[in-house]
Amino acid sequence: MNFDFTEEQLMIRQAARDFAKKLEADVIERDTNGIYPSHHIREMSELGFMGMLVDPKYGGGGMDNISYVLALEEIAKMDAATAVIMAVHNSLPCYGIETYGTQEQKDKFLPSLVSGEKIGAFLLSEPEAGSDASRQKTLAEDKGDYYLVNGTKNWITSASTGSIYILFAQTNPEKGHEGINALIVEKDTPGISIGPHEDKMGLRSSDTHSVMFTDVKVPKENRIGADGFGFKFAMKLLEGGRIGIAAQALGIAVGAYERSLQYSKERKAFGKVISLHQAIAFKLADMAVKIENARNLVLKAAWLKDNKKPYGLASAMAKQYAADIAMEVTTEAVQIHGGYGYVKEYHVERLMREAKITQIYEGTSEVQKIVISRSILRD
Amino acid sequence: MKILICISNVPDTTTKIKLTGDNKAVDLANVQWIINPWDELALTRALELKENTANAIDKVTVITVGNAGAEPTIRKALAIGADNAIRVNTDPKDAWLVATQIANAVKSENFDIILCGIESSDYNGSAMGGMLSEMLDLPSVSSVSKIEIEGAKVKVNREIAGGFETVEPSLPFVAIVQKGIAKEPRIPSMRGIMMARQKPLTVLEPVAADALTGFVNYEPPMPKAACKMVDADNVAQLVDLLHHEAKII
Amino acid sequence: MNKILIYTENFDGKFKKSTFEAVCYGVEIARQAGTEAIALSIGDVAESELINLSKYGVARILTCNNPMLSTLDNQAYAAVISQVAKSEGAGIVVFSASNTSKAVAPRVSVKLNAGLVFSVSGLPKSLNPFVVVKKVFHGKAFADVMIKSDVKVISIAQNSFGVRENTTEAVIESISAGFDTSAIKTKVTNVEKSTGKVLLNDAEVVVSGGRGMKSPDNWKPLEELAELLGAATACSRPVSDEGWRPHSEHVGQTGKIVAPNLYFAFGISGAIQHVAGVSSSKFIVAVNTDKEAPIFQAADYGIVGDVQKVLPPLIEAVKKLKSEV
Repeated sequence: MNFDFTEEQLMIRQAARDFAKKLEADVIERDTNGIYPSHHIREMSELGFMGMLVDPKYGGGGMDNISYVLALEEIAKMDAATAVIMAVHNSLPCYGIETYGTQEQKDKFLPSLVSGEKIGAFLLSEPEAGSDASRQKTLAEDKGDYYLVNGTKNWITSASTGSIYILFAQTNPEKGHEGINALIVEKDTPGISIGPHEDKMGLRSSDTHSVMFTDVKVPKENRIGADGFGFKFAMKLLEGGRIGIAAQALGIAVGAYERSLQYSKERKAFGKVISLHQAIAFKLADMAVKIENARNLVLKAAWLKDNKKPYGLASAMAKQYAADIAMEVTTEAVQIHGGYGYVKEYHVERLMREAKITQIYEGTSEVQKIVISRSILRD
Repeated sequence: MKILICISNVPDTTTKIKLTGDNKAVDLANVQWIINPWDELALTRALELKENTANAIDKVTVITVGNAGAEPTIRKALAIGADNAIRVNTDPKDAWLVATQIANAVKSENFDIILCGIESSDYNGSAMGGMLSEMLDLPSVSSVSKIEIEGAKVKVNREIAGGFETVEPSLPFVAIVQKGIAKEPRIPSMRGIMMARQKPLTVLEPVAADALTGFVNYEPPMPKAACKMVDADNVAQLVDLLHHEAKII
Repeated sequence: MNKILIYTENFDGKFKKSTFEAVCYGVEIARQAGTEAIALSIGDVAESELINLSKYGVARILTCNNPMLSTLDNQAYAAVISQVAKSEGAGIVVFSASNTSKAVAPRVSVKLNAGLVFSVSGLPKSLNPFVVVKKVFHGKAFADVMIKSDVKVISIAQNSFGVRENTTEAVIESISAGFDTSAIKTKVTNVEKSTGKVLLNDAEVVVSGGRGMKSPDNWKPLEELAELLGAATACSRPVSDEGWRPHSEHVGQTGKIVAPNLYFAFGISGAIQHVAGVSSSKFIVAVNTDKEAPIFQAADYGIVGDVQKVLPPLIEAVKKLKSEV
């Protein structure tokens, strides 16, 4: 056993922490007005956070998953919306194309994704297929050398700012989920239209839209894997994607906890700082334990992935636990802050709104429990 | 041209300073170590100068005097963009000792510009750069807030009361730099961190030298006293207190 | 004991209080050690100004008025000072802590094989062994530092000793630079004295106004005070939100975090987020009508009163002080 980080992992964490300080300057304004963090994403691209796991031969950072979750935690601590853009981009399109794409696909798409010139999006959810992703209504008809795509995708992160889509669509409905294909689709392909900006509860600074496909022609060479590999591919990607979202949820919890710690040492009530009141001190203790647990789960999942060991169960546990405690910790953080916690200036109300989505997207907490229970009952 | 930046490994400036039980030392357990902020700005400026190809700077080298524990700090300097690093393997007991070690390590290296931060954020010594320049018998300019290269000439701004002077030193020279020399320190990129793995980090053994000063005891600062109230009808007393008691104006 | 040599820095031919303070300090050590204190001036200082040093107890005043030394060259100044230290047999060389001494004192220490302590905050705790006190970690602790070498070089932190008059009969002796000044390796090509506003991030003194200023039209006296003190102006969040002052002046948790030596909070109640942005200031002065305002918990000095009534006499008192030092 070894709980030490390497010198490099610590340097990456510090780099992310230093960068995240810049996010704080306008996070409230971006959250309030739903402004996309374009200049921050540009700087993150320059710093290499937008392709940090990808092989250096495609211009990536070649970093491990431990470094990735450390960086995501730091960024989510300040701004979970920016963190989700980073997490989706790295965990899904970058990792997906690098791991399952053909050499041509890698050469064509990875360099511009890794440089941040193009942002990736993951188009799986549909109006009637959220948790139950196998019921894809979007069709990709096999037309010989291309697929003809028709359908609608919902709640897509980076749908309008992103330009490389990983799209899931049904080619052989009679085969059920084994008929689904994953296609790389460039956003400027004719027939794609983007719905209005979703006015969300949290992560308001990231852009979320529905995307409509009308007779969109996607070349065959853009299919990832063999015919019908799509659903398996989605599940594979989400296993890893959950580590990223778990790190984001952890970051949200840590952000709320650190702000509460600081506040409770400054704010006075009944003649002493509130951290000296047991009611507050115990809340902080509970937060600390939950965060420590979540962090260990997240790091364990990242470590398994780095060491090429099965990580599906670990990532489901990490995601479910980190998301649930993020909700609990942020709620308590607002409580500790009292009236101040209910106004925007203190950040914790935003963190509480942001925590909620981590229990929903990339598999709800309930879906994670399905994954976990199936896994433990299998043996 | 070759530029050298002298780097101190110091506790993060937000560190809460605790003393050991006997007050003989500062308790540095669990401290986050960083590049001394002024040294980091000096490095940033050196890299900016190098990136302007008109300046024809071949090499930016960083040097630190410290034990193996200082290596993450100097590795960060490499990740930010320094080309190579030197670590003199000894405890940096005082400015004299550090300057002696650096002077010895670089005396035959022919650096054209040597940059040092105006002080280290730990012991606030403000001595190393000046000592180094004297040991190397080089001209020095202190309180430097701007450095530009024009062909073979270097121009620096030196802060003086109420303004600055532009100074042209003959090369090689030592610039002791302060705030303003660069806008903000750089964050190492993933590529930089990756490349830092391959960059040379030379470890030199120290030459025999003694520190001329030693810290014998520490004391915590006085706890914050209650606010001293001045009567609104006697405002002049406030100025008097600020002048004579706080000694701040 | 060997003599005490005090380098007396001038600013455009005039001495400042910090110079006299170094003289007083050197003279006091000389008195304790039973030895002589000597002042050394470099550059163009008139005799009428040099003789002012004798008011602080120094009996010999050396002046090296070489035109090549009218601007600072660290190497040349260090050569002059160390030569005098050697020829006079100085055991301690005293500077005032300034930009010039930061540049020159370390070079002198190398030439004299002397240990150096910069910015000491009081008389030596003991002369043998020689132990002085200084702030470390920017005032988060004090350290006793021992200088082990025979010769010692120290600089005195401003306002750490004070000045006391002690007029003595003094002689002024002219000395030569003692080396070929044409070999000086730095050249000052331009001098610019700025008259522009002090930047908030760099400011040693910050004068800040809050909602208690009542109206943006009331900022004039606050700006006048800032100018007198060489201070930057700042404000609290409500003030910048109201558009009374630019956002760039907003100090606090969500604005700029500042750590000046002196922070004036005029009409600022001291909400936690404001205090978080200024709590690293060395001294905080608060003026507020509400004696219960939380700003007084963070402040070192406070006045309960209306800002508009307090500012005018405050400005007058500062003007009076500035005319005296």
